[in-house]
Order: sequence, then C-alpha cells, then structure tokens
Amino acid sequence: MRDLVIIGGGPAGMSAAIAARESGIQDILILERDGQLGGILQQCIHNGFGLHMFGEELTGPEYAWKYEKKVNELGIEYKLNTMVLDITEDKIITATNSSDGVFQIKAKAIILAMGCRERSKGALNIAGTRPAGIYSAGTAQKYVNTMGYLPGKNVVILGSGDIGLIMARRMTLEGAKVHAVCELMSYSGGLARNIEQCLNDFNIPLRLEHTVVEIHGKDRLEGVTVARVDQNRKPIPETREYIPCDTLLLSVGLIPENELSKKADIKLSGVTNGAVVDQDRHTSCEGIFACGNVLHVHDLVDFVSKEAEIAGKSAAEYIKSGKKQSFVIPIKADGKIRYSVPQIITEAKDVTVYFRVSDVYKNAKIVITDGNKTVLSKNKAKLAPGEMEKITLKAEQIKSVKELHFCLEV
Amino acid sequence: MYDVAIIGAGVIGGMTARTLSKYNLKICILEKENDVAMGATKANSAIVHAGFDAKVGSLKARLNVQGSKKMPAVCKELGVKYKNNGSLVIGFDDEDRNTLNELLNRGIKNGVEGLRIVEKQELKQMEPNLSDDVLCALYAPTGAIICPYDLTIAAIGNAMDNGAELKRNFAVESIDDTLNGYIIKSQNDSVEARFAVNCAGIYSDKIAALAGDNGFDVHARRGEYILLDKECGGMVTHTIFRTPTKMGKGILVSPTVDGNLLLGPTSVDITDKENKATTQDGIDEIIKKAKENLVTLPLAKTITSFCGLRAVGSTGDFIINSPKKHFINAAGIESPGLSASPAIAKYIVELLSEQGLTLVKKQNYNPIRMSSHTFFEASTEEKNKMIKENPSYGRIVCRCEGITEGEIIDAIHRNPGARDLDGIKRRTRAQMGRCQGGFCGPYITEILSRELEIPFDKVTKFGGQSLINVAKTKGGAPQ
Repeated sequence: MRDLVIIGGGPAGMSAAIAARESGIQDILILERDGQLGGILQQCIHNGFGLHMFGEELTGPEYAWKYEKKVNELGIEYKLNTMVLDITEDKIITATNSSDGVFQIKAKAIILAMGCRERSKGALNIAGTRPAGIYSAGTAQKYVNTMGYLPGKNVVILGSGDIGLIMARRMTLEGAKVHAVCELMSYSGGLARNIEQCLNDFNIPLRLEHTVVEIHGKDRLEGVTVARVDQNRKPIPETREYIPCDTLLLSVGLIPENELSKKADIKLSGVTNGAVVDQDRHTSCEGIFACGNVLHVHDLVDFVSKEAEIAGKSAAEYIKSGKKQSFVIPIKADGKIRYSVPQIITEAKDVTVYFRVSDVYKNAKIVITDGNKTVLSKNKAKLAPGEMEKITLKAEQIKSVKELHFCLEV
Repeated sequence: MYDVAIIGAGVIGGMTARTLSKYNLKICILEKENDVAMGATKANSAIVHAGFDAKVGSLKARLNVQGSKKMPAVCKELGVKYKNNGSLVIGFDDEDRNTLNELLNRGIKNGVEGLRIVEKQELKQMEPNLSDDVLCALYAPTGAIICPYDLTIAAIGNAMDNGAELKRNFAVESIDDTLNGYIIKSQNDSVEARFAVNCAGIYSDKIAALAGDNGFDVHARRGEYILLDKECGGMVTHTIFRTPTKMGKGILVSPTVDGNLLLGPTSVDITDKENKATTQDGIDEIIKKAKENLVTLPLAKTITSFCGLRAVGSTGDFIINSPKKHFINAAGIESPGLSASPAIAKYIVELLSEQGLTLVKKQNYNPIRMSSHTFFEASTEEKNKMIKENPSYGRIVCRCEGITEGEIIDAIHRNPGARDLDGIKRRTRAQMGRCQGGFCGPYITEILSRELEIPFDKVTKFGGQSLINVAKTKGGAPQ
C-alpha cells in the first residue's frame, strides 16, 4: 500500500507531487511513461513558459527542470519508462516496465495527470489519398526539436491551435515555407500572443473560415485543396484552391487522455472530456484526483502547475483525514460559457472557478446567479475561446447558495 | 531456378504460397510493393462470408463455401484472429423480404448451413441497436470476421518459415517463355521459374497479357470505409448487411476482430487503378446509409477513413484457369475472395499438379506460426516471464493499443519482416489507435532505423518515396 501514486510525471504530476510532499505526505510515487520527467514540455523549446509562476520567460525544458530539480531535492520517488495499464475504483494500479514487469500497487489516493493528445487526421474524414507527410503539429515538433529531423519543406497547417502556431514559426526558422494556416472558425483557437509572434512576425497568412477539403499525392503529399466555409462550416465549392505542399500539419484540438479514468468508472464531462471534479480536483471516485490537461486543456503550463498544487494539497488532506464531501453545489454553464472547472463545489471556502467561452464576445458581462439572486457579476471587454477566464467566489458567497449558474450577458 | 513463381503477395498469393510450401518445392513470391497485403487485401470488409450470395453453380459459390469451412482451422494454425460472429442481412419492407427468401434458397443450394429468416422481435434481441424500421433479416450463423492482412502476413510468414522466398519491390515488367518455363523480369531483377501463378489482383489482366493471355479484363471498383474507435465495437455483434439491390450489396456495419466498428463500403467503378483516394461523396454516402441501419451512430468516434480497390473481372465469376502451359491465372478475385482464399489456393495447387508439378510432402513442414499478438494476449505471469527474458517487452511504445518495443522488434525480424511504419501498424496494431501514431510514430521510426540499420531520414511510411522526414534540421540530428 502506497499513500499517493501520481500517474504522469509532466508539469501537472510533478507540481502535484511537490505540493503533496509540502503538505506532509512522505510516501509518494510518480509513474511516468517516458524516459524522463517533464512530459510534453521537453519538446517545447520555445520560450514563454513561467511568466505567472516565476515572473520570467523560460523554455519548456527549463520550466520542467525547475520542477524536476525540486522533485529530486525532496527525494520524491518516481519510476520512468513505466506505463500504467489499468486503475480500479478501489485504487489498484496495474503498470508495466522493463525491470519490474507487470506489477500492481494499491494506493490510498491517486492523482491523474496523464495530459492530453492531439486530435488526429482520421477523425476529420478529409477526402483524398493517404500519403506520407501528414502529421499532427506535436508529432512534427517531436521530429524537429527532439530528434533533429525536418518532416518537410513546404507546409500547410490546418487548425490554429497553439502548437500549430508555434510549429508555423519553428518550421519557418528551419528554412521551410509555411504557405497558410487554415482555421475553420472565424477566430483562432490559439493565444493572441502566438498569432502575433508566430504568424504575423513571419508574414504567414492566417486564413479564417477555411479548411482542407482534399489531400493529394501518392507516396508523399503533393498538395492540398483548401476552401472557404459558409456559416454552417460547409466548404463552398467555388472557393476551392489547390496549394502545392509536401507537408500538412494538423492543430485541430487536444483531447484529455482519459482512457484510464474510464476504466475506474470516473464520471467524465462531455464538454471537457475530462473528469467532473470539485474545488479540490476530487473526481467522482473517492480518493482519485485529477489535474492538468487530463482534466481540461489549459492555455498555459503555469495554470497547469497551479491547478496541480490544488490537487496535490487536497490529496494530502484526504490521505491524512479521509475527508468526505458533505454537500454538492452544482455549477452550470449557459452555453455561451462552455464549461467550468470545477463543475461542483463541496466545501464552503474561497474557490476560484476557471471557465471558457464558446465564441468571441466583446463588452460582455459575466453573471453568476443562484435562482433569481445574483451572486456576482463582472464586466469583460473581450472574451475568446482560446483564453481561459477565472473568477473567485468567497466562502461566505458559497455558504448561502444551492446552485450556481454561470451566464454571459452580451 | 524456382519451381513456382507467384506474382502478387495478397491473400491469394499468400495462401497459395503457404499451400505449396508443404511440398518439396522452391518457391518465390514476387511483390511490387514494399510489403505484402498491399492491394485489395489491405482494405476490404474483413468478412468471411457464409456463401449465400454467389450465383448457384459458380466458382465463387463453390469456393466460398469450401473456403469459409476451412478458415477456422487455417486461422488456428497461423495464429490469426477469427471470430464466428454470424451475419444478418436486414430487410426494411416486403420487397426486401422477397429478396431475403431468394437469398435463403440460394444459400441452401450453395450448401450454406443454418440459414434462416428471423423476425423483428428476435432480431431486436439479437441486435438491440438495430433501427426500429427493420422488419426481418436473413441470419447466417456461419458468417465470421477476420483480419485480412493479418491472415496474409501470417500465411506468407509461414510459407517463408518453410522455405519460400519473398522478393519485394519486384514490379513484373516482362514474362517470357523459356525451354523449362518462364523468365520473369522487373526493372532491376529477374527470376526463372518452371511454373508461374498470376495472383496480381487488380493488375492480373496486365500480368496475364505479359504472358500472352488477353482473355479477360480486370477493372477497379472503389470501396470506401470509415473505422470507429474500439469504444463502438460493441454497437453490434453480428455483421449487418443491407438487403442487396441492383445497385449492389450496400453499406455494412460490422465489428472487427480487433473490436472496432467498420462502416462501408461504397461501390463505384473507376478507370484509374492507382486511385485510392476517398471522396467526400463516398464518406457522406456511408454516413447516410449506416445511419439508416442503426438507432444511433457515434460518428464523433471516427478514427480513420480509407479506400480499397476491388479487382472486378470481366466474366462475373472468379477467373481461375490455365491459359497456357505452366501458367495459372487467379484473377478477378473480388468478394468473396478472402472467404474463398483457402479453397482457391487448394484449387490452384490442383491445377499446377495437373500441369505436371510434382508434389512431394516436406518431411519437416511446420504448419504452425506463432500469433503476431502472442505477447499481447499472454497472461500476466507469461508476460512477466517474457519481460524478464527480454526487457523490451516491458517498454510500451504505442500507448493507445498497448504495444511494446519488443513486439515492434519482432515485427521487423519475423517473416515477412516489416520495413516501414505501415508495416509495423499492420503487424502489431501500433499507430492504429486513437492518436493514429501521433505519439509513437517518432519512436517507431527510431526503432526501424536502428533495427534495419538505415538512416533515420530514409524510413518510409510504406516504401517508395513515402519518406517521413526529408532533411536534418539546421542544428543537425544528434548521432
């Protein structure tokens, strides 16, 4: 029996482990599938990480190193190259690696920190051939930044998620020509600063309301046909245009990797694709917590680390006191506000609720109500799906409510 | 000098090679692609048909029923997954019911066992997710599902284990008569063989013509498919066909042996035999028709879509004959070719024997091939034993399907070894899951480069010019 097992040694897992140790838990084990700690940060060699946590701009590996150093200093145990195969509701973990074989561990508490994966091309059903030269943006990033190889020289990017934007710049710096970034929606899903620094600074055109409708080429990609889409996101045939290219990168969304959570029957949200959690990041399965991109996709790693601290501290408290949830206040999003994390509140203390909107809104008002009563309201000049918002509710505000409705007045 | 040269490493060439490898013969298989099972074998409905479909008295009918009876034993020997899930041809109205009764009678004449019509109430118990509009169905308990490329890889692997040779990237350009048989040439290579068997799928008319036989044509019929995540594999347990019309067999919905859900195929005749592109119209048609079959269809769980080309012969039946001495055609092998393949192979060997090929059984012939999924399917105790002996079985490379480095290395070194990323995918299922190789692709590229001792940037997706990387970065790759 271990006190705390953390699945995943990326930024979420490491931050949660450190927080749990600092909250007095000695017996902690991190299980990491890769050959080093740090997760996807290790291939993110661009800067911009750490502004919130450390007040300086770090690269991904530098950011990871700050946490890895701390993990080592605190003597937190971890196993690398170790893949978790199964978890159960009663917190039995089955994992495998080369030295231990297939083994089981029972834990008092588990923190899920498995991160997310990129949506693949197959899921999009793009017509055409299936040549080499089509990669998700993160895969191309791995080839370029970790392995030192260039997957292609003439590039079209579908989707304007942050990894796609980062890779537009990275491929350009490596001498490739990025012909266009096509985005199905009328706005980019990426951060404003990435549009500026990765596209505009390099004169890479962002084509909003455009998509790839056909893939051409036999062995290696030879070109793509792009088209403008109408209001229903259907391609307009007259706007079809052929762009010769040898590489298509996809940055069309990230999906929390919750295959293990499903095995433990943890309740998931259909909107975030992550677990439904309370303010402690406690899931529907007692003693199992979740944080980072496995819970919901974050914009910045700094926010992942912050969220993981909450999960680490809460798991520590749970291990020490076995605290149970006493009441449940559901948080409901009105649709314009797409989702919130947490989705429920189970304790009257100060709670910061994170949320995302479903479209670009200007001069909007966030209104939080309980029935007819307004609990809190806040004006915002601009809201966009690519930027996570947060609002803090005070303990006394929570004490008096039955449920919380998050609405957007525009 | 070979005794037999088999042109084409699809399921027919593969099963033929395996059947011949029982005998004291020198065999070679000539394949134009970088891997086996690259034509129609790679992309089809993966069904072992019961045999009620083909015209009574046709070669298709006879060989289908014989082949599907042999299939379970063949799969067992070759360690290939085979699931006798049964099939249902569903009808929506009285016209469909008439057609189903015709199919029932035809099936009985063809020798198919256990066929019967099931009515709505029983049908909904068998398949709760079937559309409420379904009236009745023809139930064929002998219908089954299989993985066609797994079967072909295993058959060729087993033939090679028993001495057959595989020549890849051997695109036949000429077939000339010699005193004792034929000399078959590609651009850079040539082989001589006493007997030649044409199993060239969609190009079998071209191969026959090279040997001087212009007796038939083969054209391509496009079939597009959509594959859904394993979460959806349980939507149906049987293979669900639509009642056939003049327009064809329609869109089927079937679980696969690996637990995914397969939708398709479309059916469009095309002239370009290289055109394996999916089309928006095709994808839309599959979605529309498949939706009619089921109560709900979780299309958000789509993993991939793909297109296969069936080899449709000009005679309406399989074309299995000997147009000239020591030369056998196995052409126009469209559906139910996969189901019939064990019987087609046996039939080809009989034709060869009639032509004077001496068949003497090998003393040390081994019909058994260990499954490509031996580690995957092992118990925890067995896995731990294997990891202890070979730690690479402890390192998971493909997280979605749970495939280890050891299994990938096996796929490279076992007959017929994988040479590219897609070859690894078909042998191990690595890259076949939800992320479609997004995470494991770079690691598998690394393993292929190391094990095959080729530069990292020479690793391909499926041979030829399908390179994964085109250059080193400015900083250069660390070597």
